[in-house]
Amino acid sequence: MRIEYFQLIDRIADLNLTDLTIRVEANVPTASTIFEGHFPGRPLMPGVLLIESMAQASGWLIIARTKFTRMPFLAALKTVKLRTFVTPGTALTVSAKIAHEGSGFAVTEASIEADGKKICDAEITFRVVDFPQGEFREAMEQVATRIGFPKETVAHG
Amino acid sequence: MSSTFDTVATIISETCDIPRDTIKPESHAIDDLGIDSLDFLDIAFAIDKAFGIKLPLEQWTQEVNDGKATTEQYFVLKNLCARIDGLVAAKGA
Repeated sequence: MRIEYFQLIDRIADLNLTDLTIRVEANVPTASTIFEGHFPGRPLMPGVLLIESMAQASGWLIIARTKFTRMPFLAALKTVKLRTFVTPGTALTVSAKIAHEGSGFAVTEASIEADGKKICDAEITFRVVDFPQGEFREAMEQVATRIGFPKETVAHG
Repeated sequence: MSSTFDTVATIISETCDIPRDTIKPESHAIDDLGIDSLDFLDIAFAIDKAFGIKLPLEQWTQEVNDGKATTEQYFVLKNLCARIDGLVAAKGA
């Protein structure tokens, strides 16, 4: 995880396009400039970045579902619960499931666990648009490779 | 159409916190009720679930943007309800 660059997903551990679920690994670094301010003497993973982690996991699921033809953008959060503190060095497991696929939008139910304990959960709404081309797509394809996005499976699934 | 309207009006009222008695079949969701595009996603989500359909919002938006349709055709509630009824009927055909 490179939280300063919003690279919050380390690896896709499981992607199931039948059940429309994804599970990813996201390891909070032991050190980051973010922890210097959040908070001095008591470093904590910011809750907004936990939410972003759930959004990114959901996003890769939607990208897989649409075979890299559509890009989700965070639009709304509901019933967000941040249940406990997350400290540097924590290994997170982020899960998401597509709850609804609308026209131009999608809704997911996402959660994060650490050591089998639920950390947070949310219902997330995304606007889903045609995938931007050019530099944007190139950067996303590089991230896909880095996190083990199963391009071949998705292409033929 | 009346039961469809009742369901849609209730969804709009609960989703957007709009008094139920101000929502009429002649109401324009955007112009009269002030519903923005993000709130309409919530409404579409609830309508999709309630009726087991998928409102073709992208197609409607494209038609409006291309000048092939007016917002009244899709977003005046009695027209919206007629389209919902059509989608439900098509699903069952």
